[in-house]
Amino acid sequence: MAGACNMSDLLLPFLMAKPSMSSSKLNPIQPHTLPSQVVQDDEPILVAAAKSGDIVAFETLVGRYERKIFRLTQNITQNREDAEDAMQEAFLKAFEHLSGFEGNSRFYTWLVRIAVNQALMKLRRRRPNVVSLDEPVESGEDTIPRDVEDWGPSPEERFGQTELSGILSTVIGELDPPFRIVFQLRDIEELSTEETAEALGLSVPAVKSRLLRARLKLRQKLNRYFRRGENA
Amino acid sequence: MRCRDIIQELANYFDEALDPVLRLSIEEHLVKCKDCRVVVDTTKQTIDIFCNSEPAPLPEDTRSRLRQALEKKLRRVRV
Repeated sequence: MAGACNMSDLLLPFLMAKPSMSSSKLNPIQPHTLPSQVVQDDEPILVAAAKSGDIVAFETLVGRYERKIFRLTQNITQNREDAEDAMQEAFLKAFEHLSGFEGNSRFYTWLVRIAVNQALMKLRRRRPNVVSLDEPVESGEDTIPRDVEDWGPSPEERFGQTELSGILSTVIGELDPPFRIVFQLRDIEELSTEETAEALGLSVPAVKSRLLRARLKLRQKLNRYFRRGENA
Repeated sequence: MRCRDIIQELANYFDEALDPVLRLSIEEHLVKCKDCRVVVDTTKQTIDIFCNSEPAPLPEDTRSRLRQALEKKLRRVRV
């Protein structure tokens, strides 16, 4: 029961507005661990072959990552044409600069960083007044969760793949760029916090702070689709 | 530990970057506090849904233009 908590006044609204729920229906909470299926085992072999001039190997890498890179550039730019251009430019630049890739990071991480730069250039060109990514973001009341409601059955089981993709695309598009891009790199592309910070020229604490807010904002936005009783 | 403290530690909690004493303290709080448990559970589901989501297939016209751009670049290299 929430009353057992030593809660602050600030948390009171979030603690008051909730339906009854059965704690026995909640799954045990496990830490978030990132799956490693993004990078396949043969990636270093393909990269080495591509570096030595094997064009088929490079085309294989393109085929492997084109969908993910397109989703990345779409989520950042929120514009189909810009996303396509940014994706193309990312692959062309990757090919052009492949000899400079020293293998200190995963090839995919290196590719993501190139794609992020291309997408950000498009975003800034179209929206010059957009908040600069390295500008401090004030801590706001939006870290305080509202609508504390359980989601019920697994959303993946309640929605079809296409419908779920549409929902995810809609809610992430509603986030401001500084939050959207950090979340995209950290939780969708599975870069580490340090890699995300380096890719965006941010400090690690800034990445963590934005990531927390992005996750909570997305949780809040998904609530309207997934809460118990909605589309059940 | 207060509910607010739980929220502030969520990033490190999900990323397993907490010292064991703090983690234990959070887990003890979660056992007692249903609201925090729901927030933590649904936030974790949020991360997992995005993390596990498959990107949509590339639209055919987009793929075709990408192939053309690559072919043009690679042909230049082949010559």
